[in-house]
Amino acid sequence: MKILALDSSGLVASVAVVEDEKLLAEYTVNYKKTHSQTLLPMLDEIGKMIDLDLSAIDAIAVAAGPGSFTGLRIGSATAKGLGLALDKPLIAVPTVDALAYNLYGTDKLVCPIMDARRNQVYTGVYAFDDRTLKVLKPQMAVSVEELTEMLNEMGQEVLFLGDGVPVYQKLIDERMKVPFHYVPAHLNKQRAAAVAALAEIYFREGKTEHARDHQPDYLRLSQAERERAAAENGSC
Amino acid sequence: MKEKKDIVILGIESSCDETAASIVRNGREVLSNVISSQIALHTLYGGVVPEIASRKHIEKINVVIEQALSEAQMTLDDLDAIGVTYGPGLVGALLVGVSEAKAIAYAKKLPLIGVHHIEGHISANYIENKDLEPPFACLVVSGGHTHLVIVKDYGKYEIVGRTRDDAAGEAFDKVARAIGLGYPGGPKIDRVSKEGNPDAIAFPRAKVADSAYDFSFSGLKSAVLNYLNGCKMKNIPIVQADVAASFQKAVVDVLVDHAMHAVEEYGFKKFAIAGGVASNSALRAAMEEACRKRGVAFYHPSPVFCTDNAAMIGSAAYYEYLAGTRSGWDLNAVPNLKLGER
Repeated sequence: MKILALDSSGLVASVAVVEDEKLLAEYTVNYKKTHSQTLLPMLDEIGKMIDLDLSAIDAIAVAAGPGSFTGLRIGSATAKGLGLALDKPLIAVPTVDALAYNLYGTDKLVCPIMDARRNQVYTGVYAFDDRTLKVLKPQMAVSVEELTEMLNEMGQEVLFLGDGVPVYQKLIDERMKVPFHYVPAHLNKQRAAAVAALAEIYFREGKTEHARDHQPDYLRLSQAERERAAAENGSC
Repeated sequence: MKEKKDIVILGIESSCDETAASIVRNGREVLSNVISSQIALHTLYGGVVPEIASRKHIEKINVVIEQALSEAQMTLDDLDAIGVTYGPGLVGALLVGVSEAKAIAYAKKLPLIGVHHIEGHISANYIENKDLEPPFACLVVSGGHTHLVIVKDYGKYEIVGRTRDDAAGEAFDKVARAIGLGYPGGPKIDRVSKEGNPDAIAFPRAKVADSAYDFSFSGLKSAVLNYLNGCKMKNIPIVQADVAASFQKAVVDVLVDHAMHAVEEYGFKKFAIAGGVASNSALRAAMEEACRKRGVAFYHPSPVFCTDNAAMIGSAAYYEYLAGTRSGWDLNAVPNLKLGER
């Protein structure tokens, strides 16, 4: 089984090709260029490096949200275009789940955090049990205060990762009452290889979708929709 | 003799609130033209909401492309190139079409051509007017643009006039909202105006001091708002149709005046209009009359090619294709792209 994976949900852009248990290539860039300028050239580059025959791919995996709305759509539109052109299925991998999968095998709780603006983070709480990723708290948008309270209540040692760490580190340091650590650079950002590895499991479970039907899971309505709903409920 | 091969292009457009795809042969023959409009959705908000537009684009883009292919009875293997609007427009909306087009072109090893949205609108005139070739003058009027353009050759443009503030279509939307017609303003004012007296109220015909060709519509918009306020204060009933017709006449007069001035000054015998406002019936009638008087051939697209569509992108892409224009895999959306820039 060969999977092409894309992640442009956050600050990092990442592309990987995984064949069965083997990572053939991975290209990750964390730089100020927009994902629109980097993602396809990165795919083109690794494609050349590994003589990639796109038609031999079984599925296209994409980090499908949450994340930057625009970043998610660049990844999704790229995946949808590839799916349409190659007539291959898509695998939508929840962004926060894929981040947690970076820490495969740990006996601690895993808590990825992405800056969601408006004083919130996209996050979730995970653990590994018998080599499987267990979702203890599914991905959500909450304040760091709510998140730390939740983790303190769970009462276990926590590993934090994600591009929300530098933004909220001070607040986390102040509020955490259980032991916790921040994960080092090679594991603490989105990696398309992790998206691909999770996607292999999804693929075996039949969790694929048609490129036509795919859209990101934003976890949030647009601002205009939120304001309209608030106005209709009479609150503000 | 080698027979000239047909060039078939898939055009993709997602710069604002229309998700569109089209198959165009040799730049002028439209084999399919699929448009998924979001207008009903944005009407709830009184105008286009960029984030909602972008979400809708990603939901519809594959369906629209697949339909364009199937209506043309083609597959991606029949294509020679892909053309996509990369600006100007809403950046989040543009990025959906651009990312999708790049991925398809990459996977099918097809040339990719980034197209300027306004170049698309101008090229819409080629579709139904097989005899139209540059050079000619063209007025592009829409919700986002008001440009008086000299089309020197395919892909070669000179903008001689532009709006200093609101686009013509934007003024229609704002006035429509003020007189209670709602969104979208253009078609609604056009319809209501048919019942009104265009000479009922003397709204100003704005001139821009240092340019014969530039436009300004914000003063006109303010004049309408002042008039409405004045009526309210004096308890004079507002005749919606008269306000609409008088406002529309003021816009049309200025557009015709500037366009004909350019036609005469540059000595063109061909003049075209393009863009969403080009389907306004009063504008068409006035332009037709003004051109007839001067012995100038008047060109205009059918309404379906005036609104944002992908056939016009396919047409523009064809001439760029012939000129050797190719975009790289790093093609980005450029929200404020200038005409003639690359």
